[in-house]
Amino acid sequence: MDGFGIRIEGLSKRYGEGDTAVDALKDVNMIVAPGEVVGLIGPSGSGKSTLLKCLGAVIEPTTGKMTLGDEVIYDNGWKIPDLRALRRDRIGFVFQAPYLIPFLDVIDNVALLPMLAGRPNGESRKRALELLEALDVGHRAKAQPSQLSGGEQQRVAIARALANQPPVILADEPTAPLDSERALSVVRILNQMAQQFNTAIIVVTHDEKIIPTFKRIYHIRDGKTFEEKGLALN
Amino acid sequence: MISLAGRDILHSWSKFVLTGIGLGLLIGVTLTMAGVYRGMVDDAKALLNNSGADLWVVQQDTQGPYAESSSIKDDVYRSLLSLSGVARAANVTYLTMQVRLGNTDVRAMVVGFEPGQPGEPGYLVAGHHITRNHYEAVADVKTGFQLGDTIRIRRHDYRVVGLTKRMVSSGGDPMVFIPLKDAQEAQFLKDNDAILNERARTAANPTLNRPGVPGLLEAIQASQNANRNVNAVLVQVSPGSQPDTVANEVRRWKHLQAFTRVQMEEILVAKLIATSAKQIAMFLVILAVVSAAIVAFIIYTMTLGKIREIAVLKLIGTRNRTIAGMILQQALGLGLIGFLVGKVSATVWAPFFPKYVLLEPGDAVRGFVVVMVICALASTLAIRAALRVDPATAIGG
Repeated sequence: MDGFGIRIEGLSKRYGEGDTAVDALKDVNMIVAPGEVVGLIGPSGSGKSTLLKCLGAVIEPTTGKMTLGDEVIYDNGWKIPDLRALRRDRIGFVFQAPYLIPFLDVIDNVALLPMLAGRPNGESRKRALELLEALDVGHRAKAQPSQLSGGEQQRVAIARALANQPPVILADEPTAPLDSERALSVVRILNQMAQQFNTAIIVVTHDEKIIPTFKRIYHIRDGKTFEEKGLALN
Repeated sequence: MISLAGRDILHSWSKFVLTGIGLGLLIGVTLTMAGVYRGMVDDAKALLNNSGADLWVVQQDTQGPYAESSSIKDDVYRSLLSLSGVARAANVTYLTMQVRLGNTDVRAMVVGFEPGQPGEPGYLVAGHHITRNHYEAVADVKTGFQLGDTIRIRRHDYRVVGLTKRMVSSGGDPMVFIPLKDAQEAQFLKDNDAILNERARTAANPTLNRPGVPGLLEAIQASQNANRNVNAVLVQVSPGSQPDTVANEVRRWKHLQAFTRVQMEEILVAKLIATSAKQIAMFLVILAVVSAAIVAFIIYTMTLGKIREIAVLKLIGTRNRTIAGMILQQALGLGLIGFLVGKVSATVWAPFFPKYVLLEPGDAVRGFVVVMVICALASTLAIRAALRVDPATAIGG
């Protein structure tokens, strides 16, 4: 493994205080290399969402360290000052539903992130079109999100996640609403994008169809993670 | 950076435009209410301008002839003409009543005037001025009367020989001008039955019908039937004379009340229509509050409908000020559409109002600023809701 895309060490998250305190995450460790796609699976209430929110810089861990590429994000109560900019520039998100902005056309849904980062509109749209073409939805660039199929919408959502070339993408149940064929297609695309853009991708899933496709899987139970080597041959 | 507000408006333009039209009609009503007040003030000023007077001489201790009733003898004008600084003086009567045309009647202010003197209608839009001593009339076009119409005022018929425009009372009633003598009769002369009754009462009164005093009863009855009163004398001062100085002379030596133009305007605007102005001001305040509530509700509802998108926008790193700006721009856009619809609506329907509605450009500018401020303030509720959206809601459970 050459370096790492994202690494967390001894991460814990406690909600509340005193007798009512709940430890949602307990000493979680995880490393995902650039270009690698790993699965994160676990039952409801196991701490998946909390871990994803910590990884996504949406909530702060109580203790532990998280490093993104070479940059330390959290370190035992310390955090980088601008988490919003971090989310914009260095983390991509793919959700269970595509959650495209309904009042923007496809290309501007993807170009929005570079624009928010201050890049010129023309350059942002050019980058967005390249990504859409790489994901085989370039011909729908001017369509409205409501005019796309579920699979196309999810591919646009992946393109959006890649728009600022983040070192890590967090995918939260990205295949849940899709049938087997489309679900496998999305996983194939994620693998392809991880390789092409050297991005570390963490896929939270319950989907039995896609679990065998991961080389490595992190199980999470009662706030703790356990690593398992996957069955994937590719 | 693309305009998120503009894209959202374009995406759901029909909802936005329909909402803007609804708001616009409310703004149109607000502008019209302001126009009604301006119209009342303008009517009052038109009344003063049209009279062509520098001074209004009326009964002592009254604020006549428009705000209170006033009655003075019709020979007073002669003594006024003898005062230094008085160039012209003429009797006038004012009586607001129902003027009949066939089976319909029109509320109008009947003005009695002397041709060629202050108080006559300024200019005509059709026909000619009154040329006979009796039974001719000049009417304002707002009465709906046509040249040649025969109208009935009290016991007599009058032929409309001329039409004038913007000759209205301070209450907005159109004016009908008739010769002074006829107007005096219309206002002060009793009907035949009342005259007979009065004569009988006088004859039965031993103090007025004394035996051995021939001619006394006839003289008293004649004086009772005579109508030598008018409501006011309109005075024009000679060049170089100050209306205030002449008014003081009238008050001091003639024991009458005299108002200058400024004082009469104060009576009409600050006193006569003051209650109506307060009434309209209350309506304007209520309409402003209702408009603000509607904009706040609409923008708040529209924002709640985009909570998931806002959560995603915040998650992917959109600044709070970008989201707040989007909502503010939408509120201002709604206000802009509303104002344009309101201004056009008010301009279209104003001429159909029975009273004069004056839509001043200054009021439109002030109205636009107020609408924008109201929309900006109304959007704060939605902005607050949007900024409280947790980006974490876009992820998982």
